Amino acid sequence: MEPAAPIVKFTSLKKRYGTGPLILDDINLAAAPGDFISLIGPSGCGKSTILKLVSGLSPGSEGGLDVLGTTPKLARDRQAFIFQDATLLPWLTAQRNVELPLRLRGMAAAARAAKAQEMLALVGLDAARDYYPRQLSGGMKMRVSIARALTLSPQLLLLDEPFGALDEMTRNRLNEELLALRERSRFTALFVTHSVSEAVFLSNRVLVMAANPGRFQAEVKVEFPYPRTPALRARPEFQAKVNQVSQLLHQVEEVVSA
Amino acid sequence: MKKIPPLWLWVLPAVSGVLFVALWYGVRAGSGLQSWILPTPVEIFAAAWQERARLLTAAGNTAVGALVGFLLAGTLGFATSLLLGVSRSLRAGLYPWLLVLQMTPVIVLTPIIMLWAGPGLPGIVTVTWLISFFPIVANMTQGLLSTDMNHVALFRMANASRLQEMLLLRVPSAMPYYLAGLRIAATLAPIGAIFGEYMVGNSSGGTGGLGFLVYSYNTQIKIPALFATALTSCLLGFIFVAAVSGLNRAVLHKWHDSFERNDH
Repeated sequence: MEPAAPIVKFTSLKKRYGTGPLILDDINLAAAPGDFISLIGPSGCGKSTILKLVSGLSPGSEGGLDVLGTTPKLARDRQAFIFQDATLLPWLTAQRNVELPLRLRGMAAAARAAKAQEMLALVGLDAARDYYPRQLSGGMKMRVSIARALTLSPQLLLLDEPFGALDEMTRNRLNEELLALRERSRFTALFVTHSVSEAVFLSNRVLVMAANPGRFQAEVKVEFPYPRTPALRARPEFQAKVNQVSQLLHQVEEVVSA
Repeated sequence: MKKIPPLWLWVLPAVSGVLFVALWYGVRAGSGLQSWILPTPVEIFAAAWQERARLLTAAGNTAVGALVGFLLAGTLGFATSLLLGVSRSLRAGLYPWLLVLQMTPVIVLTPIIMLWAGPGLPGIVTVTWLISFFPIVANMTQGLLSTDMNHVALFRMANASRLQEMLLLRVPSAMPYYLAGLRIAATLAPIGAIFGEYMVGNSSGGTGGLGFLVYSYNTQIKIPALFATALTSCLLGFIFVAAVSGLNRAVLHKWHDSFERNDH
């Protein structure tokens, strides 16, 4: 059987802003359908830039990038972006925020309300649908943001340190919820994070990046089967993976400081 | 910041007000100034009561001019800001001229406006518009350009049109700025109308507004009545500001952080 066409394919991609220094050098990556890939590395290694390239917010300088079989911009309606902060519109209620992508597509009010309520129920927030963002906790805001991203059933989900500002308990909970949503919605994910254990828990592939210029240094495959449960975190194999990634990260960071 | 208990928000201004009045009487008694140079508060209130019919009619006339000019500034300011917010070239081309308009003293422009628009309501409205327009445009334009970059990225990612980005993102996020501009305009509009009337004198049909009363009482050396006119103008200004504060509250209180309560 032919392997399925990659969801995201980087071919020797380079990125610089104007005539500035190289931000990303020789990026090669093929994300298969269903992959959950974490990008981890020191600050300034270009992790977030990779997501910007895939979403078409910023063009590559050299090399190739295909997303969902086409250009990043043309693939936009089949991908969704989850930002570091929840980026909810403060003047809209939770439900109206979730409706936003549907509204931008011109869907009728009744249909989008029904869809948004379904999505909010999925992230456990049906009771909070009329709340404004400032009335929600950080974890709840992020759930609304996830619900909003999933309303259009994207094939590709880009996540830029979405749980970085949350406390560890909330972060773990949301990690588990994200995997449950993945079981249901079958999206492919590119996930930028600073947390090694989060990367290992979520992903089947962890890419360790180095900086100056940003590049892929090593890949660690994480072969624990999905669905994964919180119990996984307590297992020695999990700890071993975390240690392995931490060590790789350490080496990369030592090169930087040397 | 430490919170001030609600009762003190009334008590403290009352205390400073009483001290101020005491100082007022002190200066009057100590300096031996005449009533027609420094009337006491009681004399001012007496003059206000005596002149109440003229003051009320005048305040009504001024309120009409101020309100029409203010509403014109509010709507035209909103529309102009949209234009400036949409296009970098329009902004570059027009903003310096808006500044020039603002920098030219109203006192210089008013006689010219009266010459062109005539000395009645149209001229007064134009002066009012002129003085309240710029703060609205400056604030609202700033607001349209201060949209959260992540929100813009969100809209771009969703393939939103420029129109959608303007109406569903930039305009709502600029509302606090627009309302701040309106609030400044609300303090200026009555001043603009009164100044316009002052320059026009009595030629608008014999009634005139507060500005005409200033002119009239001043030439008649009715100084307590002049103070009473100042008091009335101040009250009119307060009504304008209170109305905009009400609007501000109605638009923002549900979602904006400036209405954040500490009790949840």
